[in-house]
Amino acid sequence: MPAVSKGDGMRGLAVFISDIRNCKSKEAEIKRINKELANIRSKFKGDKALDGYSKKKYVCKLLFIFLLGHDIDFGHMEAVNLLSSNKYTEKQIGYLFISVLVNSNSELIRLINNAIKNDLSSRNPTFMCLALHCIANVGSREMAEAFAGEIPRILVAGDTMDSVKQSAALCLLRLYKTSPDLVLMGEWTSRVVHLLNDQHMGVVTAAISLITCLSQKNPDEFKTCVSLAVSRLSRIVSSASTDLQDYTYYFVPAPWLSCKLLRLLQCYPPPEDGAVKGRLVECLETILNKAQEPPKSKKVQHSNAKNAILFEAISLIIHYDSEPNLLVRACNQLGQFLQHRETNLRYLALESMCTLASSEFSHEAVKTHIETVINALKTERDVSVRQRAADLLYAMCDRSNAKQIVAEMLSYLETADYSIREEMVLKVAILAEKYAVDYSWYVDTILNLIRIAGDYVSEEVWYRVIQIVINRDDVQGYAAKTVFEALQAPACHENMVKVGGYILGEFGNLIAGDPRSSPLVQFNLLHSKFHLCSVPTRALLLSAYIKFINLFPETKSTIQEVLRSDSQIRNSDVELQQRAVEYLKLSSIASTDVLATVLEEMPPFPERESSILAKLKKKKGPGAVSVNELEEGKREGGELNGGGGERGGDNSTIAASNASTPSPSADLLGLRTGPQVSAAPPSAGSLLVDVFSEAGVNDDGFLRDLEPPTESSDSLLAEGPGDSDSAPPSAVSEDAAPPLPESNELLNKFVCKNNGVLFENQLLQIGIKSEYRQNLGRMYLFYGNKTSVQFVTFTTTVSCPGELQSQLNVQAKPVEPLIEGGAQVQQVINIECLGDFCEAPLLNIKFRYGGALQNLSLKLPVTINKFFQPTEMASHDFFQRWKQLSQPQQEAQKIFKASHAMDTEVIKAKLLGLGMALLENVDPNPENFVCAGVIQTKAQQVGSLLRLEPNAQAQMYRLTLRSSKDTVSKRLCELLAEQF
Amino acid sequence: MMRFLLLFSRQGKLRLQKWFTVLSDRDKRKIIRDLTQMVLSRPPKACNFLPWRDLKIVYRRYASLYFCCGLEQDDNELLTLDILHRYVELLDQYFGNVCELDIIFNFEKAYFILDEFVIGGEVQETSKASVAKSIEEAESLQEVRQ
Repeated sequence: MPAVSKGDGMRGLAVFISDIRNCKSKEAEIKRINKELANIRSKFKGDKALDGYSKKKYVCKLLFIFLLGHDIDFGHMEAVNLLSSNKYTEKQIGYLFISVLVNSNSELIRLINNAIKNDLSSRNPTFMCLALHCIANVGSREMAEAFAGEIPRILVAGDTMDSVKQSAALCLLRLYKTSPDLVLMGEWTSRVVHLLNDQHMGVVTAAISLITCLSQKNPDEFKTCVSLAVSRLSRIVSSASTDLQDYTYYFVPAPWLSCKLLRLLQCYPPPEDGAVKGRLVECLETILNKAQEPPKSKKVQHSNAKNAILFEAISLIIHYDSEPNLLVRACNQLGQFLQHRETNLRYLALESMCTLASSEFSHEAVKTHIETVINALKTERDVSVRQRAADLLYAMCDRSNAKQIVAEMLSYLETADYSIREEMVLKVAILAEKYAVDYSWYVDTILNLIRIAGDYVSEEVWYRVIQIVINRDDVQGYAAKTVFEALQAPACHENMVKVGGYILGEFGNLIAGDPRSSPLVQFNLLHSKFHLCSVPTRALLLSAYIKFINLFPETKSTIQEVLRSDSQIRNSDVELQQRAVEYLKLSSIASTDVLATVLEEMPPFPERESSILAKLKKKKGPGAVSVNELEEGKREGGELNGGGGERGGDNSTIAASNASTPSPSADLLGLRTGPQVSAAPPSAGSLLVDVFSEAGVNDDGFLRDLEPPTESSDSLLAEGPGDSDSAPPSAVSEDAAPPLPESNELLNKFVCKNNGVLFENQLLQIGIKSEYRQNLGRMYLFYGNKTSVQFVTFTTTVSCPGELQSQLNVQAKPVEPLIEGGAQVQQVINIECLGDFCEAPLLNIKFRYGGALQNLSLKLPVTINKFFQPTEMASHDFFQRWKQLSQPQQEAQKIFKASHAMDTEVIKAKLLGLGMALLENVDPNPENFVCAGVIQTKAQQVGSLLRLEPNAQAQMYRLTLRSSKDTVSKRLCELLAEQF
Repeated sequence: MMRFLLLFSRQGKLRLQKWFTVLSDRDKRKIIRDLTQMVLSRPPKACNFLPWRDLKIVYRRYASLYFCCGLEQDDNELLTLDILHRYVELLDQYFGNVCELDIIFNFEKAYFILDEFVIGGEVQETSKASVAKSIEEAESLQEVRQ
């Protein structure tokens, strides 16, 4: 047992710790601990009052036991008693216990706060500091409520000791981070900013953390700090290493303060004042110059401190992104570090260069280091450094070096660590797409990816290659030829089979002229892989086969035979069996024309953000992919998809109905066929329905199944409201929280729009996308975890309270119970409108975040107007109908004050968002707006007419609604009155 | 801002844990488990920094003890190595040639010294002399009153 050198040895504690250390087994340890716990409990309960020392000792033992990982459920009261001791060490132990074992027990918090209050007003700096440390350590809302008003006063008071000021500054920072609403700086702002001028370096060091955080939130109020920070920095940078005495760290003057000053400046744009800016540039140049000077010490601490400042200065230079000269110097400096013998510096240089690569001034300078970076990727021993090298290659890639970088990354992939393969695959796929000048190179690259790292090629990647091949007719022949060759390898990855099946199914005809790849050869090749594949792939292959029958009538009998075989038509998997049955039937009864229409080539995919980029972004967490990069991705993606305009509305073929898959998960195969299918205009749908009713096949099932889903399809028709199979019952669970007070407001936000952020707090963001056709709707909810900690037991329940139950049929698909930090999960909700309604369904969300149960309820923005079908009509018709709806209860009217600017375009946009047709030249007064629409419910259709008369002078509106049903007029009027 | 600081031995025994944000016990245990495993399995001379979830991990080994902390994205890694070093110096100054046993037997002191140096994950005082002074003042306060 070592001698305790100073202060107050607690012998009993040392003996206990020693005993624990001598325990031979976990059991022995637990036994010893239980014995001690029993002892302490009896002491605390005993009749004899304990003296301060014993109390301190036992509380300290409890703390030790807790830190070993055991639960402690008593002793809190004794710890609180220690707080009011006038002996420092007793108080100190009391505070430590409270800091480590905070308890939300409100009774106790009151006592603790009382003790803290006493110490804060004690004027004893040591006690004040202890109290402040405790507030900072606990940092709870209760503490913020109690002390957020008091601490700024302590911080700026003239007679406060320096050490107390330091603690107060950081304590306030902590409270600001937990409860920003309670920390009101207002009147203190300028005095806090002026702490930057404080004589005491320690005070400045502590205060600047607070100022930086406040500046990030309120940049305007704190902007005077910029010039103060620059002059402080300039004084430090130009001081000799001995000037600052104890604030010099291994010959570097005030490294912490320098870094924090540079960090504070990164909250602002470059200073506007020329003199300030000149001074700052001078500082930055000095810092860059110092990096070239010989070190003043060989100690690593010296170089760490010096380089810490250098990297922070480079961050500021990159942040300003306006001084080409400094940017290039920064880049050269980092270039030197790339070859430094210190691994840490190489790592940081790679990281920092990544951001430099995105600046137009330094992009070229970064590119000159390509060989060094490639070398790092190949030779670094530390995987985290190699990862950084890969990141940098990705960042520095452009058209000029894409082929080289992609080739290097591909070859690295063969030996890359498993932990980073998936990310590497995504990056290669993105680069290949982004910089593809010729698409044969792109196709080669992706097929190589599948060959080298097939297991790590996620769906998004192979979906994407198919999207691109479909959208670019110049590459289709090459793609068909290349996959055909790739499939000839004896062992090829299942992802290759998927791509091959899809592409040959679409474009096999382009290579069928060559006898070596004749239709039958193609089919046999694909079918030779069939038995080794999983169900989703087999399903996809079956769809390819039916496409073959259309492309090559000569394969029909062979393929029919395959479909007819027991292993298909009696397959135990219901999806495969159904496909086999339906395809067989289709091929035997449909005429060539019908077959050709049904199985027409896939139309181009609509332009959208690359799904791979989205995936990478998700994987790396928000912020990992720069906005810049994303936008570029979109742009480039758009270029690739050129010609692939939105083909919504073209529902003449089933294939086309999948072209505008609404799912933001960019579902290539259109698996999640949106409600379009059900909404296909009767003219287009009837052809199919006829064919299939003749065939005696359930047309629901058939529609669902025509496109090749790789997993069981969930089109609206198949699982629409009414024939649920997996949706949870929509009963409100008893303990659901009441809807948030703001939920009505949230609801109003979505009356005229379908997409947006429904809700956001510090933990969770809920995004929403929805679409409606006739009386059906589908809503995608995106739950984003904004923290770095996972949410567990995440459950959501959707319910229709009261009457709504009979008016709306709402079914929510189950949602993943676990959301990783930074991740997002999606939930699909199907809605069917049975009758007109006024209320909104409730969404209850429950999950555990850090052990605490979160429970919140919102209203789902499903409002009656979502089921509007616009109706165009001429002036004459409009007024005729208007007159027909003249019974008093059919009309609802409201006169209200404008709550937004009365901009005609905005009003029009809102009315269109409402879902009705906006009728031009109907109302004799051109200032007025009239609309017409029909609300589609299952039970009936409700025609509605609207008239909105703005009065710009009075800033008022008169809104009139007439509908064939009184409740609808009333509800629409209520909803709309909140919108203008 | 530093999110947490952990001290653990080469055998993976936790010697000190300081959390600067509120986390559940379960999350804390998971972080401790993940990081001790990850850091201990790294080869010597590897880089002292690694990305983990949305944090930057900075660690350094002193004799038998690993000092490991989690930083937010805008924190400076090299400067954090200096924070760790300064903390070791402060411990050393207090205990005189500090070793793991000192921290085991006087864990409360290790926490107190840390509180004088870092509050809420931000450095409060970088001067070794100042920190030493406040610790000494506090202890003398104790001695007088006893």
